[in-house]
Amino acid sequence: MQALSVRGLTKTYKNGVQALKGLDLDVAQGDFFAMLGPNGAGKTTLIGIVTSLVTKSAGQVSVFGHDLDTDLERAKACIGVVPQEFNFNMFESPETIVVNQAGFYGVERAVARERAEKYLKQLSLWDKRKVMARSLSGGMKRRLMIARALMHEPRLLILDEPTAGVDIEIRRSMWEFLREINEQGTTIILTTHYLEEAENLCRNIAIIDGGRIIENNSMSTLLRRLQTESFLLTLRDAQAQAPVIEGYGIKLIDDHTIEVEISKDQGLNDIFAALSGRGIEVLSLRNKVNRLEEMFMRLVENRQP
Amino acid sequence: MSTEALSANSIRMTGLRTIVIREYGRIVRIWAQTLVPSAVTATLYFVIFGSLIGRRIGDMGGFDYRAYLAPGLIMMSVITNSYGNVVSSFFGAKFGKHIEELLVSPLPNWIIVVGYVCGGLIRGMLVGLVVTIVALLFTHLHVHHVGIILAAVFLTSAVFALAGFINAVYAKNFDQINWIPAFVLTPLTYFGGVFYSVSLLPDWAQHISMANPILHMVNAFRYGFLGTSDVSVTRAFIIMGACVVVLFFWALQLLNRGTGTRD
Repeated sequence: MQALSVRGLTKTYKNGVQALKGLDLDVAQGDFFAMLGPNGAGKTTLIGIVTSLVTKSAGQVSVFGHDLDTDLERAKACIGVVPQEFNFNMFESPETIVVNQAGFYGVERAVARERAEKYLKQLSLWDKRKVMARSLSGGMKRRLMIARALMHEPRLLILDEPTAGVDIEIRRSMWEFLREINEQGTTIILTTHYLEEAENLCRNIAIIDGGRIIENNSMSTLLRRLQTESFLLTLRDAQAQAPVIEGYGIKLIDDHTIEVEISKDQGLNDIFAALSGRGIEVLSLRNKVNRLEEMFMRLVENRQP
Repeated sequence: MSTEALSANSIRMTGLRTIVIREYGRIVRIWAQTLVPSAVTATLYFVIFGSLIGRRIGDMGGFDYRAYLAPGLIMMSVITNSYGNVVSSFFGAKFGKHIEELLVSPLPNWIIVVGYVCGGLIRGMLVGLVVTIVALLFTHLHVHHVGIILAAVFLTSAVFALAGFINAVYAKNFDQINWIPAFVLTPLTYFGGVFYSVSLLPDWAQHISMANPILHMVNAFRYGFLGTSDVSVTRAFIIMGACVVVLFFWALQLLNRGTGTRD
């Protein structure tokens, strides 16, 4: 069964902006699915329609087989959503916020309190459970929204840029937490601008641009399509110009750094040997951008006007 | 148990109870804004209109002016607080975007409307009780028919809670939640027989006053205490019932359409 099935989804806002143009999408049960796209691509509109915060103009959406038009309450009961913007009452405590949210999904108060303890502890918010939500840091607010979305134990968790503005340490602990939730059976749809995050977490990916899906594939298939990869090499001695080595595109970034473009059939050993032969010693090496970012940029740059 | 395994009725009842608990929590948390001002205002009205000016007025409708004034002041507090609670709570939720917590949940829209109206009823009743206690410090309250008192206060509170909800749905900024109370509710309340009997007015003014629903509500409520009314009590209850039904379906229709809440 598909966790999410979208067919011919169209949304035209009152101001005439067509945010979605007949979008089709399937997300399998148990998947960890990345939905990427530039700002204004239609990701948040799609999430808004699935969570019924935005009214669709045309098309069909079903969640675990429950059609939004005919079985809305059942469909909504399957979904937990973490929106992009903070949307909880800043004057309530985290504990009150999550317990009330569980109540809106029919979870009895005693059960809700137990779950509040479980999720607030897992997301390191238990010590802050009684303070006013507005006094929490940005990272804590994001984690509070994740805890809130999990209170009714949804089968589909939708996260719209959940780690925006979160420091790297907390971001990585959130990744670990989301991986565990996914391994326990929750389907996760993630939108993010941190492509490293999508590459690390997600098995399948859709790229939306201009209200349409321009790529929908498994992460590994998509990344295999990259024909070349760029590396930045830090050199021990300063160079006046980029070394010329046949078969490799090399640019001088600064006097101690060169950028080397390597195709899929070339190995790193060859470039090290060639540089060594010219008396150039390499101190360190790193990817110029992560691979998904490179693929994303190519897809989006090649889009139809 | 996951939410999907629960029956629709179970989700609705737990959801409704949660909205009511949240609204009650809000009223109690900000008690200095929700409960105290009405007590202060009622005390001032009793001191100035009841004790100082009231002595010169003498009887009104055959009763001591303070005894005549008390039901009007209680009802005025119920009206403004029932309205104010829902308009500020729902608009605050829209403004802070936490209305989305309810909109994404599996609760049907009618439960959301009923939940907010319950919040208005709770605050209306609590404030009504506070003002009644204040009134008892200044006058003796005779009870003619307790059933009519309770029915009138319940229906009136529901009418204005619903009206507050509709105002909050349409409102786009804080100014717009103050216009209706300032320019519609207050004049209608002051001309609605809170302070005087409409029998004192010339015929043409009495006819115009009959179009004011608050006049009927106040008089039905006063009838429960004093056993006297300027209007037909039966007609007053028909008007209140009709207002509840019409406003409820209006409010529901607005939520179903997504007016002010969904893009």
